[in-house]
Amino acid sequence: DIDDVGHKYHLELVLEDVLDKDSTVNCTAEVLYHLGNKNLPPDVQFTIEGELKNADEADNIFYNQIKSLEKELVAENIPDSHGNVPPEMEPIRLLAWVASGYVIWQNSTENTKFQLAQIKHVKQVKRSDEYLEFDYRILLHEMVSQEIIPWQMTVLWHPQHSVQVTQDSRQPKHASE
Amino acid sequence: DQVLHIVPETFQQVQHLQHLCSTLLLDLWKPLLPEDIWAGEDLHIRVPAPLVQDVKDSLDQHMISYKVLIPDVQELVDQSTPRERSSHRQVPEGYVYTQYHSMEEIYQWMTQIQKSNSELVTQHYLGKTIENRTMYYLKISQPSDRTKKIIWMDCGIHAREWISPAFCQWFVKEILQNYKSDPKISRFLQNLDLYILPVLNIDGYIYSWEKASSENPGTRLKDRLWRKNRSPHMNGTCYGTDLNRNFNSSWGSIGVSYNCSSEIFCGSGPESEPETRAVAQFIERKKSDILCYLTIHSYGQYILTPYGSTTKPPSNSEELMYVAKKAAAALMGKYGTSYEVGPTSLILYKNSGSSRDWAHMIGIPFSYTFELRDKGTHGFVLPHDQIQPTCEETM
Repeated sequence: DIDDVGHKYHLELVLEDVLDKDSTVNCTAEVLYHLGNKNLPPDVQFTIEGELKNADEADNIFYNQIKSLEKELVAENIPDSHGNVPPEMEPIRLLAWVASGYVIWQNSTENTKFQLAQIKHVKQVKRSDEYLEFDYRILLHEMVSQEIIPWQMTVLWHPQHSVQVTQDSRQPKHASE
Repeated sequence: DQVLHIVPETFQQVQHLQHLCSTLLLDLWKPLLPEDIWAGEDLHIRVPAPLVQDVKDSLDQHMISYKVLIPDVQELVDQSTPRERSSHRQVPEGYVYTQYHSMEEIYQWMTQIQKSNSELVTQHYLGKTIENRTMYYLKISQPSDRTKKIIWMDCGIHAREWISPAFCQWFVKEILQNYKSDPKISRFLQNLDLYILPVLNIDGYIYSWEKASSENPGTRLKDRLWRKNRSPHMNGTCYGTDLNRNFNSSWGSIGVSYNCSSEIFCGSGPESEPETRAVAQFIERKKSDILCYLTIHSYGQYILTPYGSTTKPPSNSEELMYVAKKAAAALMGKYGTSYEVGPTSLILYKNSGSSRDWAHMIGIPFSYTFELRDKGTHGFVLPHDQIQPTCEETM
């Protein structure tokens, strides 16, 4: 408890590589939830002990696959109702997962627990530069209220640059249809 | 027929092999096409029995070395073909437990299960849903002269948690397939009766399977992530009560919404929903014989003990925790999946009106909520290839 400021949590956690479960790295973090003003996202400071595994090869394969498409990519319902994800859509799903992490962070309080539930729709946006741009409509699941919240996010990415969410907005409940 | 393994060493050898394959129309197992045969790369060819000697002679002539990978293809085929197993008479042939099933299929399955296992299983009427569908439970009981204690398990109280009804079906299959051969299960059934409700929230489950109307009716579902039942409110402008907030356990006090548009709407009053009443009335009647109440949900990987409505521990909390921890350890022993154990109010969130709290409050000593796989990676939309490991470890 920090008087007049908020609640600070000190965390020790282990990060696990989604693509290689044996590859782990320790991490320490401090999260500060601000008192009162519910519109301020929590402050996060973190230190990673060691290095994250290099994903250049997988990044470049995905990048080139998208670049070589004749038409802009469009897809729906990832995963589908039975939990299936076509293999070529797996990087699209992972990208959404990373990007949704940012949206979740920006909208978290001490009383929320968000997860990405599903990608309802994703559309690639044509760009004149080397970046890839995707317009996602996702569904977030909030554990405490059990609500399914539709959200729109625009994601920018390039193998040598980190993922950016350039625009995001919460959608009205029936926007997912 | 034989399958030969060859690693061509030179370009001439590659050419000869390609020639052999195309003139004799040999069956290439690896690679798929003759033009993909490369020097230094594995080659697997199936050679029909009458041609085996000729092919081997030709390879010898061209100094191409080979190994016999499969000496008799037919034998291998015979070995891997499932035989007619009479011991599986009890379970509907062809019912795929590793796929998710529609309610119609589950109704048929229940009928079939009772038919093929009539000495052990009976199907019973429990009540009706708000949309007037019939709720059935299965009673698994070994005939005996004494009354046995009861374990009740319900699945599918929340529509989107598809792995839950899948688990109930799996559970029944496992018991029926193994009760004669597995000493643990047969001892179990000597002393206990099992009551299984495969889908509690039938209307909600069906709704989560409903196809989107117009374009591409094949794959699109209208609302796969529906949670509540389908009771209409506000003149049909809003639907659904959260059945797990509708029981008479500190109803409406915490962790709920009084607004129909919320996912945790607790209904117009305790037991306002017919589905809740059907379950509650039955359990109330039988409560002196019920030893354990289990309700299966997803996701999160938790074994939750009472209470959600308060942090005050239940009277037998030590015992409850002991059993739950044993269960979690056994579960982890199968595939390493870790489950957190404890009271809902402490490890998850506060909520009132849950069926598990209510069961304990009316005197059922062991009352647990299981939240099955996973931890959020797939959440409610768990891929069907996880049905088997999830069910096996939970079993």
